[in-house]
Amino acid sequence: MHTWTLMLVLLGAAALAYHVGRKRAIATAGGSERINTLHSLPAYYGFYAAMWAAIPAVLLLGLWLGVQDQVITSLVKASLPPQSVAELTPGALGLLMNDVKNVASGNIASGAVTPAIQTAADHYARLQNLARWTQWLLVLALSVAGMAFAWSQTRPTMRARNRVESVVLGVLILFSSIAVLTTLGIVLSVVFESWQFFQKIAPSEFFLGTLWSPQTAMRADQVAADGAFGAVPLFTGTLLVSFIAMAVAVPIGLMAAIYLSEYAPRKVRSVAKPLLEILAGIPTVVYGFFAALTLAPVIRDLGEQLGFAVASESALAAGLVMGIMIIPFVSSLSDDVINAVPQAMRDGSYALGATQSETIRRVVIPAALPGIVGGVLLAVSRAIGETMIVVMAAGLTANLTANPLASVTTVTVQIVTLLTGDQEFDSAKTLAAFALGLTLFLVTLTLNIIALHIVRKYREQYE
Amino acid sequence: MNNPAPAASAPPPAPARRTIDIVNASLKRRYAREARFRFMGAAAVFLGLLFVAVLFGDIVAKGYTAFAQTYIQVPVYFDPATLDPDGNRDPETLANADYLGLVKASLRKQFPQVTGRPQQRELYALISAGAPQQIQAMVRQYPSVLGTTRDVWLIAGADVDMLVKGQIDRELPEADRRIKDSTLTLVDQLETDGRIERRFNTGFFTNGTSREPELAGIAGALAGTFYTLALTLLLSFPIGVGAALYLQEFAPKNRWTDLIEVNINNLAAVPSIVFGLLGLAVFINVFGVPRSTPLVGALVLALMTLPTIIIASRAALQSVPPSIREAALGIGASPLQTQFHHVLPLALPGIMTGAIIGMARALGESAPLLMIGMIAFIVDSPQGITDSATVLPVQIYLWADSPERGFVERTSAAILVLLGFMVVMNLAAVLLRRRFERRW
Repeated sequence: MHTWTLMLVLLGAAALAYHVGRKRAIATAGGSERINTLHSLPAYYGFYAAMWAAIPAVLLLGLWLGVQDQVITSLVKASLPPQSVAELTPGALGLLMNDVKNVASGNIASGAVTPAIQTAADHYARLQNLARWTQWLLVLALSVAGMAFAWSQTRPTMRARNRVESVVLGVLILFSSIAVLTTLGIVLSVVFESWQFFQKIAPSEFFLGTLWSPQTAMRADQVAADGAFGAVPLFTGTLLVSFIAMAVAVPIGLMAAIYLSEYAPRKVRSVAKPLLEILAGIPTVVYGFFAALTLAPVIRDLGEQLGFAVASESALAAGLVMGIMIIPFVSSLSDDVINAVPQAMRDGSYALGATQSETIRRVVIPAALPGIVGGVLLAVSRAIGETMIVVMAAGLTANLTANPLASVTTVTVQIVTLLTGDQEFDSAKTLAAFALGLTLFLVTLTLNIIALHIVRKYREQYE
Repeated sequence: MNNPAPAASAPPPAPARRTIDIVNASLKRRYAREARFRFMGAAAVFLGLLFVAVLFGDIVAKGYTAFAQTYIQVPVYFDPATLDPDGNRDPETLANADYLGLVKASLRKQFPQVTGRPQQRELYALISAGAPQQIQAMVRQYPSVLGTTRDVWLIAGADVDMLVKGQIDRELPEADRRIKDSTLTLVDQLETDGRIERRFNTGFFTNGTSREPELAGIAGALAGTFYTLALTLLLSFPIGVGAALYLQEFAPKNRWTDLIEVNINNLAAVPSIVFGLLGLAVFINVFGVPRSTPLVGALVLALMTLPTIIIASRAALQSVPPSIREAALGIGASPLQTQFHHVLPLALPGIMTGAIIGMARALGESAPLLMIGMIAFIVDSPQGITDSATVLPVQIYLWADSPERGFVERTSAAILVLLGFMVVMNLAAVLLRRRFERRW
C-alpha cells in the first residue's frame, strides 16, 4: 500500500517540478514579456524539470521493489543461528523463512514458534521497517536532486523542447518494442520449460507415442504408474474437433459471404452482416456452456434414438459449436476478398452469357481463392487454439479415434487440466503443458504466417 | 434462313443445330442451378441467423428466472432464551447465537404435523442455508425484535426455488424427482396460505459466490472484472497508442520495423491460452507477481489486447489526411507537436473504437486467466489489485461445472449480464464511430 502512496507523492513532486521549472525558465529569460528569448515554450522547461524529478526516482523505486525482498530474506537467513540451519534442505529452509515472515506480519506460523524464529522475525520486521524508510528517503532525495539538476540546467539557450521530445520518442520506441518483447517472452518461456520436459521425456515418445496418461508419482514410494506422455491422441483429438468445426464453418460461412456480397439487396446485407458478426463477439465461455448443457444432451438423445452410442462429451457437440463460433470469421474474411475481385471480371463473364451463379463459381471464386484459403487457414488456427469450448464440452480422456460421437481430448484441454490446481515446476506433468503449449504455438504461428502471406500477396494482386 | 420446301414428298432436311438452340436447351437446367445456388446462399445466411437466435433464446430461456428469487414467509419467535441468555444484549453474544436452531424451531412450530428425523430434515431444506444469516442481520439491526414473534420472509432452499419456478416436473415419479411428495404437499400448503412469494433477486447482484445456488451472486466477480479491466485499459491504451504512433508516423522503413509489424499481426492471432502460459512462466514464476490477482490478470490481458489496439490505432492514424500534417509542419510545429496537437485528436474516435473492441474481447476472455489461478473460490469482493479475485467469465465457467439445477439458472443469468456489458460496449463503439467518423 505504501508504495502507492510513494507513487502519488512522486506524482506530486513531478507536478511541483513542472511548475518550478516553468517559473524558472521565465525568470531566466527576464520576465514574462521577454519569453520570446527562450529557445522553447516555457511549458517545455516545466516538462523537462518534471521528467528529471520523476523518471530516475521511478526507476530507482522499481529496482528497489525488485530486490528488496530477496536482500532482506538473505540477510535474515544469514542471521539465523548456523547450527540450526546447517542440516536443513533448501525446501525446509524455505518453509522456515515462511514461518519467520508469517510471525513477523502477525499471521499464524505452521509450527511452534521457537525463540530462534521469534528473534529472526523481529529482525525481519526491523529490516523491513528500515528498508521502507530508506526507500522513501532515497527515492524522494533522487527526485529532489533531479529537480535541482533541471533547475541548474535551465537557461534561455537550453533546447528544452528537443530534449523533452527525444525522451518522448524514446518512450514511444520502447512501447512499440513491447510487442516484440511479448513474442520473445512467449517463445522463451515455452521453450525453456519444454527443454526441461524433453530432458525427462524423449521428444520421440512425446510426438509419436499413442498413450497419454500424465500421472507422475508425487513421492518416491508411491505406487502410481509412471506417466505416459504420448501426445498423438491429443493431436488427433484436436484435429477431429477442428475438422468438424471447419466442416460447419466453411460451407456456411462461404455461402453466406457469397450471398451477402453478390445477391443480397443492400437492406438485407446491412442487417444480416452485423447480426452474423454478433457470433464473433460472444465470449467463448458462453459457447462452451451452450455446447455442454444444451447441444450435448440433444445430440446424445438423438443418437440414442437412432441407435448410436454417443458419449456425453462427444467431439461432435464441441466441434459443431466451435464451427458456429467460426462462421463470422470465415464469412467476413471471404466477404472482403470477394469484394476485392474487380467488377470488370464479373461484367466480362456476364457479357459472355453466364448466369450469376456461373460467374461466381467459374470467375469470382477462382479469382478470390487464394484469399479465401488464407482466411480458412486463419480460421483453422483459431479452431486449434480455441480453449473454453473444448474445456467445457470435450472430454478429458485421450482416445485415439476418428469417431465424432466418441469423447476425445485436445491439446488446449490438457494444458488447462495440467496447469490448474497444484503445480510443481519440476514435475514432468506440469512441464508437459509447456511442451504442448510450444507445439500449439508453433503450429498456429506457421498457419498464421502462411495465411497472412497469402492474404497480403493476394491483396497486392488487385490493387 | 429455311429453304422453301420444294415438294411434300421429299423428307424435310433436319434443321441445322444452332448455338441458340443449344443454349435454349440447357437454359432451364442452368436457371434451376442458379436458383439452387441462390437458395443455398440464402439458407446459409438464414442458418447463421438461426444460430444467433437459438443461442440467445436458449440462454434467455434458461436464465431469466434467476432474476427472481423465491421467499417463504415463516413466523419466527425471536426467543431471548436461545439468542440472548444473559439478557444484556451483548453484540458478541447476539452475533454468535444459534440462529440455525431458531429457524429450525420456527419451522417445526409452523408444521407441527411433521415428525421423525428424515421428514424434519426435508422440512429444514425448505429454507436456504443462508436464512440464519438473514435472521442474524435482522437481530443486529433491530435488537427490539427479541422476545417477539414476527412473520419473516426467508430465502427458500434451492430445490423449492426450482419447484416454484416450474423447473422441476411434478409429474415425474417420486424416485426421479429431486423433491419428495411430502415436501410437495408442504410447498402446496404454503402456497395456498400465500406464504410463498417471488421477488426480484437483489442478492444475485450483491452476494459473492457460494456453494448454495440460491445464495450465489456475482458481486465478487463483477468487482474482480472491474479491477482487472480498468488496469488492462490503463496499461494497454497508452502503450498501444504510443506504439501505433511510432510505427505509423516515425519509424524508418527497415528490417526492425518490418519485424515488429509482422510480429504484431501474428500476435493478434496467437491463441489466448498461450498468453496464459506466458503469464504463468514469466510474470508469476520469474517476476513473482502474486497469483490469482487482478494485477497479473491485467498484465496478461493487456499483452493480449495490445495488438488489437495497435492495429486499430494505426488504421485511424492512417485515415488522417497528410494535408493536416503538412499544414502543421508548415507553420513551424515540431513533428511531435504535429502528432500530439493535430493528428492524434483527429484519430482519437477511431482509436477509442478499437480500444473498446479490444476491451470487449478482454472482458469475455477466460482461458488465459485459468492458467494464472483466477479460478479460486472467492466469496469476498476483492478490495484492490493485489487481492485474490475472479472475473465474470471465469465465474460462469466455474458455475457451469456445478451439478445443481439451480446453478444452471444462475450461470445463464450471469451470461446475460456479461452479454449485456458486451452489447453496451459494442454499441458505444458503433455510436462513437457514427458520431465522430469523418470522411476526408
